[in-house]
Parts: sequence; C-alpha cells; structure tokens
Amino acid sequence: MRKKSSNSDINVPENEGLDRRSFLRAGLAGSTALAAGGLAGASGAKAAGLDIPIWSQQLGIDVDALPYGKPSVYESGVVRRSVDWLTATRESSINFTPLYALDGFVTPNGICFERHHGGAAEVDPAQHHLMINGMVDRPLLFSVEDLLRLPRVSRFFFLECAANGGMEWRNAQLNGVQYTHGMVHCVQYTGVPLKLLLEEAGVKPKADWIMVEGGDSAGMNRSIPMAKALDDCIVALFMNGERLRVEQGYPVRLVVPGFEGNMWVKWLRRIEVGDGAWQAREETSKYTDLMPDGRARRFTWEMDCKSVITNPCPENPIPGKGANVLTGLAWSGRGTVTRVDVSMDGGRNWLEARLEGPVMPKCLTRFYLDGWEWDGSEVYLQSRAMDDTGYVQPQMVELQKVRGVNSIYHNNAIQTWHVLKSGEVENVRLG
Amino acid sequence: MSVLVKRIALTVLAVVVTVGSASAAERQYPGVGREATPAEIQSWDIDVRPDGKGAPPGHGTAVQGERVYLVKCASCHGEFGEGGGRYPVLIGGFGTLKHQRPEKTIGSYWPYASTIFDYIKRAMPFGNAQSLNNDEVYGLTAYLLFMNDIITDDTVVSAENIGTIEMPNRVNFFDDPRPDAQPKGELCMKDCGGPIKVVGSARKLDVTPETGGDAVDVSAASSAPTETQVAAVPSGDAKAGRSVFNKCKACHLVDSAKNRVGPGLKDLFGRAAGTHEDYKYSKDMMAAGDKGLVWTDETIAAFVADPKGYLGEQLAKSRANTRMAFAGIRSEKDILDLIAYLKEATKP
Repeated sequence: MRKKSSNSDINVPENEGLDRRSFLRAGLAGSTALAAGGLAGASGAKAAGLDIPIWSQQLGIDVDALPYGKPSVYESGVVRRSVDWLTATRESSINFTPLYALDGFVTPNGICFERHHGGAAEVDPAQHHLMINGMVDRPLLFSVEDLLRLPRVSRFFFLECAANGGMEWRNAQLNGVQYTHGMVHCVQYTGVPLKLLLEEAGVKPKADWIMVEGGDSAGMNRSIPMAKALDDCIVALFMNGERLRVEQGYPVRLVVPGFEGNMWVKWLRRIEVGDGAWQAREETSKYTDLMPDGRARRFTWEMDCKSVITNPCPENPIPGKGANVLTGLAWSGRGTVTRVDVSMDGGRNWLEARLEGPVMPKCLTRFYLDGWEWDGSEVYLQSRAMDDTGYVQPQMVELQKVRGVNSIYHNNAIQTWHVLKSGEVENVRLG
Repeated sequence: MSVLVKRIALTVLAVVVTVGSASAAERQYPGVGREATPAEIQSWDIDVRPDGKGAPPGHGTAVQGERVYLVKCASCHGEFGEGGGRYPVLIGGFGTLKHQRPEKTIGSYWPYASTIFDYIKRAMPFGNAQSLNNDEVYGLTAYLLFMNDIITDDTVVSAENIGTIEMPNRVNFFDDPRPDAQPKGELCMKDCGGPIKVVGSARKLDVTPETGGDAVDVSAASSAPTETQVAAVPSGDAKAGRSVFNKCKACHLVDSAKNRVGPGLKDLFGRAAGTHEDYKYSKDMMAAGDKGLVWTDETIAAFVADPKGYLGEQLAKSRANTRMAFAGIRSEKDILDLIAYLKEATKP
C-alpha cells in the first residue's frame, strides 16, 4: 500500500483515500514532508527511524482496573446505532449491529442488535419462572435455578429480524451496511433443548402447536409448530459463554434456529401447548407479508439465504489502489451456505469466493475474495449466496416481480455497493 | 449420507410418536421444577385464541369502550384511531391494501377479532400492561370493531362471541409459498444481463443518521437548515379553529400555563421553542429553541402540519423527535383556523 516511489505520477493517484489525509498532515508539516513520501506522512515518524511510543516505556493499566473488559478506546465508535425516524418510541424500537467493523462470524454480546416491543425488561432471576401449560400431562413451573440443573447443548446460530433490509424494498435508502443489514447477529447459545422440557410436561397426542410468551411489558407471544419445537429449539441461558445480556432476554430466551428473530421470545415466561395457531398480533398484524394483489403471506418463518459484503462498504471506503480485503457474511435459515459468488460489475460476471470455516447450518458464514486488488476504477460490488437446498439469493428486481414493494419483511436481495474512483462506497440500486 | 438422513428422520419420528403416546410417561428429571397449581396457571394464562378459547368471563360494548379509549388510548392512537407520530393507525384503511401506501388497520387487515383482546390485555396501554380489567378490554375490543364498521354500537362482545366475529380481511391470508424468485436454468457466471443502470442512491436520498459509521459522508445538501416553506399566513376563522383544537386538547391546556401531557399554551406566541417552565421537552425540541426557533404564526403553522419533519428541518435532519405524538394536520384551512383560535385563546 505504501509503495515508496519517486515517480509522483504514480504516487498521487495511487492513494486517493489516504492522500487527502496525507495532504492534511503535509500541510501542517510543510512541503518537505510531502517530498519525503507517504511513509513519513502516514505514520508520523522521524526522518530516519520510528518513534518509541509512550506505552513502550511506561507501565500500563493494572489488573482489575476494568473488572469487566471493554474494547480499546480507539474502537469506541463501534456501537449499535439506531434510526430516529423509524419508530414511535425508543422502547418499542430497534438498533443495528455494526457489521462493518467485525470479522469472523461471531458477534460480540454487547453489540448484538436489539429489538424490543416494550423496552428491555430487567428481570430478577430469583423471581422469574418458566411455566409450561395447556395440552400437557402435567403443567410445570421451573425457576431459573431449576433450568440451570438440566442437561444443556451449545450451538452457534444466527438471529435475524424478519424486517432486516425492510427499509430497502422500494429503493436504496440507508447508506451503510450497519443499517441495511445490521438486524442480524450470530452467537453461541447454550441452554436446555426445548424438546426436553416439553417431554417433562408430557405433550398430549393431539397437540400440534406451542405458544411462547415473554415476561416483558409487551408480553410478546408467537405460535410455533410442534415439529419445529421438537426439532432444534433451545431454551437458552447463555450466549457466547456468559449469561444472556438483559437486552437479549436475560435470564431465559428461546432460540428458534433459522426462523425470524421475532419468534425467539426473550424473558421467556410461558409456553402453552395447544392444537392450533394462536394468531397473535405479531403473526397477523405484523410479520405477515403483504403482496401486490392485496393478499398476505402468513407464517413466513424461515430466513432465506442471503449475503452482504462488509468490507468495503459505505462505512469502510477503500484506502487505496492495490491489495485490499474483500469480505462479507452469508447465511441461510434453511440450511448451510454452500457457495458465495462476488461480482465487480453489478452482476454481469461472477467469481467464486472462499468460505472461511467453520461453515455451519443456520449460522453466519464468513467469506473472502482472496487476492483481490482494486485498480482504482468504479466498481459495482455484489455478493450472491447459495445454500444446500439449492436456493440462490435473488436480485431485488426478481423479488419485486413476485412480492412488490410493500411486504416489509424477508428482503434477502443481493446488495450493490458502488465504489467511486475516490474509494468511497455508496449503497445503490441497480435497475 | 442418505442413510444417515433417514436414520435421523426415523429418530425424529420416533420421538414424536413417543411424546405423542406417552400420556402417562414418567418425568426424566422429577426433582427439577414442580407442577404448576391451577391458581398459578390462571394468573398467567391470559391468551385468547381465534376460536375464543381462553377468553375470560366478562363483556363490553362500544359505548363503554369509548370511555376507556378516550382516557387510556387516544393520546397515542388519536381520538379517532387515526394514529399519531408513528403510533399505529387502528381504524379505516379499507380497500388500501393494493395501494402504493397501504394502511393496515384492525379493520382493513387483521384476520381475527380475538387478537384485539389478546393484544390489548397483554400489552396495552403501552407502559402500563395488564392494568385493564376484562370488561374494559371487551369494551375496547367492541369500540375498535364498531369504529371499523364490523359490529354495531350496541353489540355486546364477550367470551361467548369473540371467537365468532368475522373480520373482513380474514380470507386474504395464505400460508408461506416460498422459496420464490429463483433463477430459471443454469446459474449465469459470465456476461449476464445488459448494461448497468443505477436507479437509486442512498447517499443522494440522505436519510442515513449522520453518526452512522466512521466514514459516512453526509452530502452537503443537508448541512444547512432548509428555509421554511410557509409564507406569511393569511387569517383563519377562530371559531372553526376551536373545533380543530379538539385534536389537541387531550394534551394541551390552551388558556393556562399548566403542563399536561403537552406544555401549557398560554402566552405561546413569541415563546422560544422548548423553553416552557417545568416541561420535559425532547432533546431535539430544546436544540431547535437554542437554534432560534420561536413560535409565531408561521412556525406554528409549519410545525402542526408536520411536527417531526418541520423540527427535523430546523436541525438539518430528515425527522426529529418531539414528545408530541401527533401526525400533523393535513388541511391548510384547519391550520389557519387553528392559528386564529390559538391567537385569541392563548393571549396572556
């Protein structure tokens, strides 16, 4: 990146992104700094060698200065962010995971996006219970302490809000991957298999649905078909090794792998077993998908296969020509990602990216386009993911042909990032 | 591979069969947790299903429900269920589901009447959930159904009939048909499609929060406050304005400095925005006041036409927060009349 060159014709256009910053420094230091080349300007070094920074000489922070650690102060901008105009109140609202700043496939607990319907409930675990009632042999009541005594499993799963990308149906609207794709996170959940708890209560033969209900002031409730409840759902107590965060449902949340985030009820207080769907507000008025003919899809649970490039992106402009990292995330609620293609020309030509392991079902998968070098020209970046059911992530025009623009939920269209000659990146829609 | 899949499938099937038939099966972890008592179940089992299963004893009519609605719901949802700010619209919207901007209300969209009871009972009023008794919830259900022309104002809604009320949009829901929008034939890898055509740019639209990322470059267009588009306001009819003010009076006292949900309006004209004593304003409202927003004929008119949008203009963003959960007055005449009324009524 910082090629030392006496040829100023090459040097200037090479680092357009860096150049502006270098020029700023050069302006302060005088024209000799500019003549000395990018190396001195970029790192604030002495003419001959490098500074010995203060942290290389003095003692650092003592242990226990921060009993629960935090990221470097230089990373303090990496936080969840929200969009003011999106919702009526701050309690029934949503924010977004800063995907642009992350690599790998695990989301740190403190920046997993939040969606609450009545604010995050601060539940005292000593007073919290989980009830199982309805069509069971014996209705049961578990304390959190009880749940902590039962056998556990630990699994990585992504959680995506059905409305992720919902603001982008009509056109490119928000200029940042945090906002266009940030209603997703991926952590390792640990807890008791839901099947085990249902077996403890004894499900009656004719029961084919359950209703799960949260202990917050929204009393969030959703219906889940029995086949899914007995398949891979987890009554989770831990995330990424530690107990759940308050805003993620402490002390108990349901994990419904591959299904829309709204069903992963937080602060879980009750599971009722029954013989039909409850048709709760969140599965009729909301989380149903309005089609152009005025009819609406219901029970659209699975999150279809999807991907997005997280670097470069509007938050991460390209610093200069030559070597750069092209990476992103792919996922499918129906299974395992099998392939991701990347295009530089808005989907005209595609190259296969490398999937970084582990590649697991219903889990975020990291991909890289190895050896990518940016030549300084305008580029229309896209990524296209496929899963093991044979599903291919569609272009928005294809989705709109079937679903129109008013379905809000389940936008899994291919995203286009327009790279300008300056290295800046913007969210555009191609026709 | 297929053998393994089959084995898993059989295991799952076996589990279903076991669970299904194990009506008297012993618990595997009998010492963990305990049986819930009938009283415990009753205190928590609040859900109501589409067929009315779970509906508690009680009843109510639209007339009874209206009284509750005006006191406990109208401040957010509007006196006529028209919604305010981004609070949900509850009434109307019939025939709009195919429109460019569909209005999904209880009447135009919701497939089951039971959902109204279930949702109000568990989650409303916002911030004071489970505070309404069953008769109040039945009354509110009746009121919302009546206002949507689904039942008459004397229909008694109760546990007996909540599962039988037919909602107009019930037939328009269908089960998920995905996967859809899949490419036909072989997946294209080379020379796919025609020339690139850009049809939209988020940067030009400029509604991304400015603090978005480290490097988000907000276009120059939004860096300066937009000039207010409202010219000098011609005079309106104060008498007509008095009835326009009905939309406001649940929250504002017009002839007193006392604050209610909204600030007292006495001596409003000439007051700097966000400065009325003892009222807790939104940060944005106070910021607008700091930037010099003063309430005059022109600024009040522009504000009540589009509260969040106008306040946003003052702060160079697309929308700003005001505690006034009110969508705005659409009719220009109503606004002029309202101003005329306010001028008289708020005089010191």
